[in-house]
Amino acid sequence: MSAIAIDIGEKRYKAQVGGPGREIFRGFRLDVAAGDFVALLGESGIGKTTLLNIVAGLDRDFRGQVRFGTKAPRFAYAFQNPRLLPWRSVVENVALPLPAGEPGRRRALAMLGEVGLAELADAYPERLSLGQQRRVALARAFAIEPDVLLMDEPFVSLDEAGAARLRDLLRRLLARRPATVLFVTHDRREAVELADRIVVLEGTPVRIVRDMPLALTPAERASPGRIDEVRRALGAGVEPG
Amino acid sequence: MSASKRLLLTAASLLALLLFWQVAALWADSRLLPGPPAVFEAMVRATRSGVMPESIAITLARVAASFLIAMTIGSAIGIVLGRSVALNELLGPWVVVLLNLPALVVIILCYVWFGLTEAAAITAVAINKIPNVAVTMREGAAALSRDLDEMAEVYRLPRLRALRHVTLPQLVPFFAASARSGLALTWKIVLVVELLGRSNGVGFELQTAFQLFDVAGILAYALAFTAVVQVIELGLLQPWERRASRWRR
Repeated sequence: MSAIAIDIGEKRYKAQVGGPGREIFRGFRLDVAAGDFVALLGESGIGKTTLLNIVAGLDRDFRGQVRFGTKAPRFAYAFQNPRLLPWRSVVENVALPLPAGEPGRRRALAMLGEVGLAELADAYPERLSLGQQRRVALARAFAIEPDVLLMDEPFVSLDEAGAARLRDLLRRLLARRPATVLFVTHDRREAVELADRIVVLEGTPVRIVRDMPLALTPAERASPGRIDEVRRALGAGVEPG
Repeated sequence: MSASKRLLLTAASLLALLLFWQVAALWADSRLLPGPPAVFEAMVRATRSGVMPESIAITLARVAASFLIAMTIGSAIGIVLGRSVALNELLGPWVVVLLNLPALVVIILCYVWFGLTEAAAITAVAINKIPNVAVTMREGAAALSRDLDEMAEVYRLPRLRALRHVTLPQLVPFFAASARSGLALTWKIVLVVELLGRSNGVGFELQTAFQLFDVAGILAYALAFTAVVQVIELGLLQPWERRASRWRR
């Protein structure tokens, strides 16, 4: 049984003044197996974020349904912007979705230790760099031990070294707390490095043009040659990432 | 400019005002423009008799009561209107009407409908203040971050927790703005309410002084009350605002 079964009959954005409405999804289906890391690859603006919002239950304005393997799964969402509360300290941000009180705070502190930010626990988020803020957002996501982890280009606007460190961190966190992951990106290299399965999206309404399982060993993932090979195998239709 | 230098400058400026006043009083040489010593004397007399402290306490209690009521109800209305477009379209015009209703009309109507009572007085002041608070808070509520709302929803934050950690902190600047302008408005209107229909408080004492043409007494009450309000602003409102915004860079 799949962990997430997406079946969107129709999703359209209403017409703005002077423009036609836009059909984003029509008869779109995607099943995700439990524990899978699925990268959703596609150009900006075709509806990847909308898809995540539908899965998260943030967007209910569509025809169709999303079913989950577990009843009432715990969601975590790493947004493109970290979406931290600027008026709460780093540790308070991580503890936010946890039960109130000392145990929650301790868990948040431990989580911050795992992402390497223990010494910044009492700082306010705006004093942190974007990379550090994203680490805090990851700590908050994993603190609740989610069943479903949704990630929307969580590593864009970082330099390559910073993004690589965060990808490493994400792999380590997932090894310790397995979750079913939907990871939106337009970066093919990122997709190949992280995912068990790459789904390439294209067009309006969105359709799946390629659905490719990846069984790479950690060594292969670390090898640039192997990654380039897979990137080529993904083929045309996507901008070079 | 350093804080001590600014303080010194403020003191010098106030001293110059005092000096100007003294000169004007000497030049006018009239009971209708008493100088600072005469006013100070009136202040001491009214304090010794206990009338002034009591009046100020009574007036402050009325200010506090109507201020709290207006802030609570005004905030609630403002937040609801800011979050619901439909309700804002339905009830927004009411707020505008209330906003433009002269304070005096509200006071007179309250006294006519509810009698010359304490409740009528406080209600009148609160009604005058509510639309101002509502308008400011509506602006704040309309500007609430959708991004953070979605975050709170995905992480299934309980309603109260989301209110406390996500919504209210965003409203603090608006709350502070309406509290500051609110306090100024409230204590001015309270005096009018007291003058028209209460038999104690600063407004009532001012009316008595007015009937006796006791300008020294009027100025004494005005200065003492202004000083008390300033102390509240500096000692209560500003420290709270600083505390609430200490996360800013």
